[in-house]
This record gives sequence, C-alpha cells and structure tokens, in this order.
Amino acid sequence: MATEAATHTHHDPGHEDHQHYQHWIWKYVFSSDHKTIGIQYGLTGLVFLFFGFCLMLVMRWQLARPDTVVPWIGPMMAHLETWLNMHHPLAADGSPGHWFWLRALTDIFPGGKLSPDGYNSFGAMHGTIMVFFGIVPVAFAAFGNFVVPLQIGAPDMTFPRINMASYWSFFISCIFMSLSFLVPGGAAKSGWTSYPPLSGIADQGQGIFPLGMEHYIHPFWNGQTMWVTGMVFNITASLLGSVNFIATIIQLRAPGMTWMRLPFFVWAQFVTAFLLLLAFPPLEAAGVFQLMDRAFDTSFFMPTGLIVSQQLTHFSGGGSPILWQHLFWFLAHPEVYVLILPGIGMVAEVIACNTRKPLYGYKAMVGAIFVLGFLSFVVWAHHMYMTGMGAKVAGFFQTTTIIISIPSVILLTALLLSLWGGSIRFNTPMCFAASFLPMFGIGGLTGIPLAFNAVDLYLHDTYYIIGHFHYVVAPGTIFAIFAGIYHWYPKATGRMLNEFLGRMHFWGSLIFINGVFFPMFLQGMAGMHRRWYDGGATYDRLSGAVVWGKTGIEWNGFMSTSAFLLGAVQLLFIWNFFWSMKYGRKASDNPWDATTVEWDTPTPPGHGNFTHPIAVYRGPYEYSVPGADKDFSPQTEPPGDRNKPPSGAPERTLHEVEVAHS
Amino acid sequence: MQIPYEIQARPDTGLYNAKLGIWLFLASEVMLFGGLFSGYVFLRMGADPGYWPHGLLDVRIGALNTAILIASSVTVVLAWASLKMRKFRDYKLWMGVSILCGAIFLFVKLTFEWPVKFEHFGAFIKKDALGHYEQYLGNAHLAEKKLDPRVEISGHLHEVEIQAEGVDHAKLETFLKAHDLEAKPDAHDPKVLTIEGRHLTPNVAAKLERVPGVKVEAFVLGLDPVNAAPTDPESDKPHFWYKGPTEHLGKIERKDIEFYSAFAPKHSPYFAIYFTITGLHGLHVLAGVIVMIYLWLPITGGANMFRKNPEHLANRVEVVGLFWHFVDLVWIFVFPIFYLL
Repeated sequence: MATEAATHTHHDPGHEDHQHYQHWIWKYVFSSDHKTIGIQYGLTGLVFLFFGFCLMLVMRWQLARPDTVVPWIGPMMAHLETWLNMHHPLAADGSPGHWFWLRALTDIFPGGKLSPDGYNSFGAMHGTIMVFFGIVPVAFAAFGNFVVPLQIGAPDMTFPRINMASYWSFFISCIFMSLSFLVPGGAAKSGWTSYPPLSGIADQGQGIFPLGMEHYIHPFWNGQTMWVTGMVFNITASLLGSVNFIATIIQLRAPGMTWMRLPFFVWAQFVTAFLLLLAFPPLEAAGVFQLMDRAFDTSFFMPTGLIVSQQLTHFSGGGSPILWQHLFWFLAHPEVYVLILPGIGMVAEVIACNTRKPLYGYKAMVGAIFVLGFLSFVVWAHHMYMTGMGAKVAGFFQTTTIIISIPSVILLTALLLSLWGGSIRFNTPMCFAASFLPMFGIGGLTGIPLAFNAVDLYLHDTYYIIGHFHYVVAPGTIFAIFAGIYHWYPKATGRMLNEFLGRMHFWGSLIFINGVFFPMFLQGMAGMHRRWYDGGATYDRLSGAVVWGKTGIEWNGFMSTSAFLLGAVQLLFIWNFFWSMKYGRKASDNPWDATTVEWDTPTPPGHGNFTHPIAVYRGPYEYSVPGADKDFSPQTEPPGDRNKPPSGAPERTLHEVEVAHS
Repeated sequence: MQIPYEIQARPDTGLYNAKLGIWLFLASEVMLFGGLFSGYVFLRMGADPGYWPHGLLDVRIGALNTAILIASSVTVVLAWASLKMRKFRDYKLWMGVSILCGAIFLFVKLTFEWPVKFEHFGAFIKKDALGHYEQYLGNAHLAEKKLDPRVEISGHLHEVEIQAEGVDHAKLETFLKAHDLEAKPDAHDPKVLTIEGRHLTPNVAAKLERVPGVKVEAFVLGLDPVNAAPTDPESDKPHFWYKGPTEHLGKIERKDIEFYSAFAPKHSPYFAIYFTITGLHGLHVLAGVIVMIYLWLPITGGANMFRKNPEHLANRVEVVGLFWHFVDLVWIFVFPIFYLL
C-alpha cells in the first residue's frame, strides 16, 4: 500500500515542476532523443573500437613473437584451462558439456599461446568489428545523430522512434558478434570479407542448436552463422538510420537553411546516408543467401563437386562463390566511402573553425562529394582482379577507379588550401584535423597503384594493401573521429577536454600509428602475405628480402612495439574522456567561437534542442568577414543591425514558430 | 515537442515526412530485391546444361495469386481515396478487401504451393550413368532436336529398397514406427527389404539412410510426366499447365544418383533462389497485412484518428499503400522469372 501511495504522489502533477517528466530509463536508455541516441551509438562504438584494437594487439604479439605465451591474457587462459580440466573435464566423446562457452575462450589460447584458428578468428573479427561496429557507428551514427539535427536547426530527427529502433537493432547485432566468441568453435574465422566456399563450410557441424529444433536442423549457432545473423541486424540498423538522416536533412532544415547554407559535415552525412541506403541491401541479400547455405544446405555459393578434406560435401552444387564477392564488394566499396566521408566532413568543420576563414571551394567540395558517392557504386570489382575476370572487365573497373580519385583529390586539395592564409589555432581538434590531411593523403596515393590490374595482381593480399587501407581508415577516419570528439565534446557534456592530455594523446598517436602502418608498405612490396599466422617466418627464410637493413619479419618487432605504445597512448584519451566529464573546465555555449547552428543551443542542449526560434541568414563559414565586429558571424545572426528586424529575413509559417517554442 | 511536417507537407519539398521516408525505404528495398534478382541471373547463367529446371511451378496458381495481388493494390487505393473523401465506412470496406486479398495470397502459398514441393522427389543422375536411364530421360531424342539434356528424374516416392543383410532390426523398427512406415521382404529378391508407407517423403528417405546399418539400394518413383514419356513432343518444352506425377513407376539405383532431395531449397540453386525470393516476398506481404490490420481493426484502427485528424489517417494509409504497391511490383517480376521463363 505504501508503495502504491508513494507511486501515486510521484506521478501527481502537482508535485512535478518539470513539465516533461521522464523516468530515467526512457530518458537515458530507451530514449528517442537524437542526442542521447548519438551518445549511445558513440559509447558503444568506442567500446567496440577498443575491443577490436585489443584483438589486434594479440595478433601483433603473435606476429612479432610467434608461438610464445601471449602476455597477461595467455597465462590467464592457461590457468582457466587447467581449472576447467580439473573441475569440468571433457566428456568421453570430447564434448565440453555446459561449460562450452568457457572452453571456447580457452581453446583460443591453448597453453597460453594464440592458436592458428584463434589468429584467423581474431583477424576476421578485428576487421568486422572495426568497420561495422566501430567506425560506422561512431563516425556516421554517433556524430550524425548528435550533430546533424543541431546543425540544420531541427528539434529532432524526423522519425525519433525509428531512430531508437535503429540503435537497438545495432545493439542486438553487437550482442550476436560478442557472444560468437563463446560458441563451440569460436567466432567467425573466414576474414571480414567472409568469402565462400570457406565461409559456407566453416564451423559446420559445430555450435549450438536453436532451441527445440534438435531434430530438424544441424547445430546452427556457430561463429560464422552468428556473424551472418549479426550482420543482418547491423544492416537493418544502418537502413533505419540512413532513411532517418536523409529525411531529416531534406525535411527539417530550419527556415533560411537553404541547401547551399548547409555545413559541409551535413553534406557528407547526406551522401553517406545514401551510400548506406543503397549499398547495404545487396549485402543483406548476400547475407540471406549465406544464411540459407549454412542453415538449409542450399548451394548459392557452393560450386559443383566441392571436396573438403578429401570428402565430397553434402551440397547439391551449382552455385558460384564469385556471386558472393560481387554482392559483398557492391556494398563494401561504397562502405569505404561510408568510412571516410563523415571523417572528411568533421575535418572540414574543425578546419574552418580553427583557421578562422571560410572553407576553400565549398561548392566544389559539395559537387565532388556527390560525384564520389555516385562513382563509388561502379568501382567494386577492383577488389576482385584475382578472380580472373578478363582484361575487358578489369579495364572498365580500373578506369572508373582512377576517375574516382579525381573527386577525392578535389576534397583533399580544398581542405589543404583552406589552411592557406588562415590564423590557425592549433588546439587538439585542429592538430588531429591537420594531421588527417597528410595521413589520408598517404592512404589515397598508395591506393592508386592498386587500381591497376597488373600491379594489383602482385600486391593483392600483401601487407601493402593492409597499409593502404589502414592509412585511410586509422590515421584517416579515426583521427577525424578524435578531432570530432575534441571539437563537440563541450557541446555534449558542458565541459572541455583537457588540452595537455589531448596534445600528448595526439603526438603519441601520430608517431606510433605511423610506426605500425608505414613498414607495412615495405613488407608488402617485399611480397609478405597478409594472412600468415606466424608473421611470415616461413617466407622470410626463403626470400631474404632486406628493406632498410631489416628483413620483412624483422620489421614485425618494430611495428608491434609501436602498436602497444599506441595502445598505451589511447589510455590517456580514455582517462581524459571520463575525468573531464566531471572535472573539466566548464564550457560556454560557443567555446570555439564557431558559426554553425549547433553552437546556438544551451550547453548541453535539452530535449527539443533550441530555446528560441531558429532562422538562418548566412552561409556556414562566415569567419573573419571584413567589416564585422568580431571574427565570426554565426549563421543565425541577422545581417546588419541586430536590433532592427532584418530586411531579407526568411518567411516563417506559424506552425514553425510554434514548434520552435514548444 | 512536435516534429514539423508530420502531417502537413513541407511547402518547398511538397512532402510530409513519412511519405519521403517510405520512398527512401522503398529505394533501399529496390536494391535488396535487385541483389536477389541479380543472384537469380548469376546462378541461372552459370547453371550447367540441364540443371536449371523448367515448368515445375503451376502457372495457374501463380496467375491466380498475381491477379489477387493486383486486385488488392487497386482496393488499397480505393481505401485511401475513401479517406480523402472522408467516407469512413467505404474505407473500412476497401481496407478489409485488401487485407483479405493479402491473406488469400499467403494462404495459397503456405497451404498449397510450398508444401507440395517438399513431398516431390528429385534425383540428379551421375554423368556416367545417364545412359542407363535413357527410357526416362530421352536424351537421344533431345540431342536430335538440339535441346539441353535431362539429368534429373523426379516424381513421387513410392518405395525405398534397402539391403536386408546387416540391418540393425531394432533401430530400423524404431525408425519405421516413428515415421508410420512398413518394411516388407521383396517378392523377387530375398536380399532386399522394401520400405513403403504414406509418409515416405524425400526427407524421411534421407533420414532413413542415416539409420545405422541401413544401405539404400534403390528408389521407386511414380514418375513425373516428362520422365514417364520423355520422347513425347509435349515434354520437350516447359509445360505451363503443370501435371502431377503419373502412376508410371520407375526405379533408380542409389549408386547412380549424384544428389537427391525433395524440391526443397537444398535441391538446386533454382529452388534455393525460388524459396528465398518468394519467402522474402511472402514476409513483405505478411508485414503489409499486419500493418493494414492494425489500421483496420476496431480497437487499434483509425476510428479515433479519423475523428481527430482524418488527414493523418489518410497519410498512414497512403504510406502503407505505397509499400503494398511495391510488394505487388516485386511479385510482377517474380511471376515471369519463376513461372514463365
């Protein structure tokens, strides 16, 4: 009774001074507010970035010191294995019983060393997690959700509840990917590209039965199947998110926010959303095909007469592994631009704000990003030169691939020229943004040789290509993400990140990340293959190729040391991130003196974002306007005398004024 | 807080939010089914001669379902138009008819079209054994006419013959009892046991083969018309009017079979893509029906919304109608590529 009475009082409107009372679970967990969803996406994505990074650290240990006990995690797993053998030994038929989930973990590190299967599994999951669970959620979903509605002056996304569904669909996919490490056989190990027929037969016969279906279907929940299922949920999340982003940008721009007054970040998100909307569904189709192959023994990707371990497989055959490659790369090439375009957008914002001058060639950049988006749909088969597609098809794809470098270069050049003549403030976000330019440049330029069929046949699947795409994504997009975090953190939390820790984080990251990735070009050109689990020991004895006084394998030690130091430097960031939330310097509403609309909100913005009606009067980057009384003119500032109603003010409907006030 | 343009169109775009949203969603659906259909093209182009079946689907049933879906697209527009004219009773009628059409479509699919395929037996013959089955395949006749060879014998499973020797009788008995089958010694050959029964489907036959000690010798089928009369000119081309299996019996030795199964997804890339595309399309039909029922039922449905804001209800019906047209459009591609080509 007492509880009932208390609940009653609690809900009594008379006792509530706040009009929109929300239980914390609706406010922070199942929230439909775009800012909360953005932060949820951001935190989940950062956790997965860190997790994917840790997988890589284990692999880097294995490459530098093949077949030695992995520090920290190795002895722990070895002890766990001993404990399991003592208390829960394997059954007579070798089945692990109810402790299968712990066995799955200890099987990765038999005797504390990384097993070959474990290495493959970590490689596949590192790629998958970094791309689909780290970068896209942070760069696209987190920043897009948090910043885009604020930058266009919208109260929220067009479909807030679909936005929430998007995050929770993503969350389910995260659960599938994480739990896949705990099923018999371990997580997926066919690479992040999941090429069949390997991915079709991987882990077959292992795994857990779906509940109550023991008699109808073979063990189903194994690593690869969970990978495919997780991807289907991930794709659904992307679809819901991208529909929302496009609809929001088209429908909810504030009065006066014309297309050419959109900040470049919004354009980047707009094009990215189209890429996700149109490129992901073919992968969803491919995922369904692979799920059918794995669950119902169909032969979408299984060739006729497939023999595994000297035994004919149980598939009817007649399918084509190349079909998967086409459907996969039809997504995965646009996906590369999904990874990089939000990064370029963030860097553009940070550069314009910290050079105190407009972006050079804003219109050209907008044009270039559209051309880039369109062309990214017609270059996919340059990942498939090794399939023997023939000179004519290869010729087409190498031509389109070379053409796509033109808009990329326009973007990079425009950003570089934007620095010219600016009075640059080298704060932490600007350091990351400025170093993005040469790093992304290295990534882009090393890609040009790969566009050519003849060169690619030699470099395909070597460390050269690993170096190339990591330069684009790691010191490229991840640096852009850091720039974005340092730039918008004050708006989200109300406090500034510590500048000293930020600088340490920046310089450490810049130096060590190059230590990891630059030697990869040398190794790759010396012919070292990307999937050697022993770090190329076998190869090294054969070739003896020496680069700068070191053979390929000797570079591994240097790279792995850099990787561990890179990890150590990230701890500074993690510390800074949480410490500043509570003890950081308090931020004003517009701490960077920026022009775009998101700084015209209270810090942090409340539900509904704006406390006054928003109208936009000027372009996004009016910094250092001659004759203005300060070096930045916010988009919402009416031209001329601020006390007089502006002559060219956009017309507003009654409805919009109401909305902005409510 | 209210999101702008939820009901009224934004003046410069001429769209309310949900209408733009559904068009974007449909764009992505086009790419999804585009991927699936390109899978169909890829698999069909890559199929070896004779391995892409023709004429296994009943065109009459397919045409009926096509007509039903097209009709429902018309009625959903009538439902929307009724709302625009603020005639709620007409809306209820036309929406009800649309729901009924969707339900009939699914009913036909799930009670007839799919189940009959799971009972149909098909066996691909090994290349070097094709000659033994000339009487069922008629390849000499097809070669004369420069047609693709036949590599499969199909029909309804009548009996399975297994080796009498070495059978674990206890295990076999348990299996037969569980599946309501019976075993009889063969009249002519004492070394052979004949297994028969009403529930002898291809799946049960495959399971029988996995019972310890069981060695399958041969399958006896009531042959499909093409295998019963392979040289009949009627069998040369895909027959649009599907005829069920005949009473003409044929026997296939197990050792001559490359692969056998029901006409289930694993049978061949043809049935794999057939079940995947029609299955995903069926899920879309189901989703549409559920949403339409939600907008139609007395409790959840539009009566309240119609009183408060009829335009809002009309918008919702328009959005689900757009989706429904898309589902219809997909079927208009599915019907020719599977049933007619």
